[in-house]
Amino acid sequence: MRPALLPNRSRGKLIVVEGIDGSGKSTQLSLLSHWLRSQGLAVAFSEWNSSPLVRQTTRRGKKKEMFTPTTFSLIHATDFADRMERYILPLLKAGAIVCADRYAYTAFARDVVRGVDREWVRNLYSFAVRPNLRFYFRVPLDVALGRILGGRDALKYYEAGMDLSLSRNLEESFRLFQGRIIEEYEAMVGEMGFHVIDATRSIEEQQQEMREIVKAELGAALQSDSLLRLPAGETLAGSQTSGIL
Amino acid sequence: MPVRRPLEFYKVSLAGVDASELNGKLIVLEGPDAVGRSTQVTRLREWLERLGHAVLDTGMARSALAGKGIQRAKEGHTLGALTLTLFYTTDFADRLENEIIPALRAGFVVLTDRYIFSIIARAIARGEDPRWIDQVCGFGLVPHAVFYLRAEVPDLISRVVWGRGAFDYWESGMDVRIGGDMHESFVKYQTRLIRALDRMARDYGFITIDASRPSEAVFKDLQRRILRLLKPRSQSGARREAPASA
Repeated sequence: MRPALLPNRSRGKLIVVEGIDGSGKSTQLSLLSHWLRSQGLAVAFSEWNSSPLVRQTTRRGKKKEMFTPTTFSLIHATDFADRMERYILPLLKAGAIVCADRYAYTAFARDVVRGVDREWVRNLYSFAVRPNLRFYFRVPLDVALGRILGGRDALKYYEAGMDLSLSRNLEESFRLFQGRIIEEYEAMVGEMGFHVIDATRSIEEQQQEMREIVKAELGAALQSDSLLRLPAGETLAGSQTSGIL
Repeated sequence: MPVRRPLEFYKVSLAGVDASELNGKLIVLEGPDAVGRSTQVTRLREWLERLGHAVLDTGMARSALAGKGIQRAKEGHTLGALTLTLFYTTDFADRLENEIIPALRAGFVVLTDRYIFSIIARAIARGEDPRWIDQVCGFGLVPHAVFYLRAEVPDLISRVVWGRGAFDYWESGMDVRIGGDMHESFVKYQTRLIRALDRMARDYGFITIDASRPSEAVFKDLQRRILRLLKPRSQSGARREAPASA
């Protein structure tokens, strides 16, 4: 029996986006957060790999290429646990909407491609709260690669899966690695209940679709008093920037 | 409980690690804080090296990857139970893959000060689900022997007061907020640890050593048992197995 995530028993709602890098998920989540805030709701944001207690260790480990599939998996779970314990859970309990860029599913897809035992990583994250909404941004590999290469200097070692010795060429390795991650994501769509968004459509079209889904699934909660509301013009401290709340 | 053979993985293999060529001896010392493990490890190491064995000694929160991070995180006293547990697990995994396994491959005797059992006990003492953490730590290697240095809380308290002169925040489980002051917290927290270790002693087949005795007596006890462990194989050539688990 696969360990499921914990049911969300708090007043707040948890919305997550998933997809490979270059899928446009972060942009969409940001637009969604702004839209929700414009309705007077308290919206908080949490990004993968952002725990202040853990990220120095992660950064150093990546720079010095110290990670194995298992330690890579565990340090990200540690980062996730910190964000869960100290930010996400308390904010959900307070009735905020928490928008997370990447969630346990990132680990399920990526760590398994690295060779980590599937049941083991599912159990590892079993302390995580089950999101109310899970969006998966489906993008062809070439499109994603084009966006990434267009955007910054170089692909990074672990991002390209270079530790797996798939290819000595960074770009080729990235292609193969992220291709396998896509396979894992796709295999999870039904089981995890992802809303699949076609990431090749325009930004506006994708955002419209997301908003329709949010209205359909969370409409009642959004109208009710159960969610935390902020006075007009106010935002949660720190919630404008990406990273920790 | 399935019979576990030394140097196999408890529940799940480490990705990309072949454990079939590991040769050395994996010896674990477990027990609550202030019971004298580190003293024993140091003495045992010197003794084993004198006998001609190559020895690696390794302990919690000392990994190249996570050691400093854990130290820094603990300084701020804001570390949650789950995060602390997983940070320790990361640290352990790093030491297992980068220190312990290479040493075993080279035929070393590995003396480890604490193992997955302390991680599990600390998690349980903080209210985490025992089955969860047990599964998470399932990538540990089965040791040749787990020596459980057992003592009751009053013994530990005297050692803390006489030996160090102060109670440590984390060793007193102050983050769990189970006691009004450090002393009361220490008592309650260490009691939980000991209870968890006692249960694991049964389930995992620890060799329990009475550590309330003077350190010299404990050392001689450990020496005797380790010598037996390191003896060459019997005539039948049968592989020496770990103490049978329940």
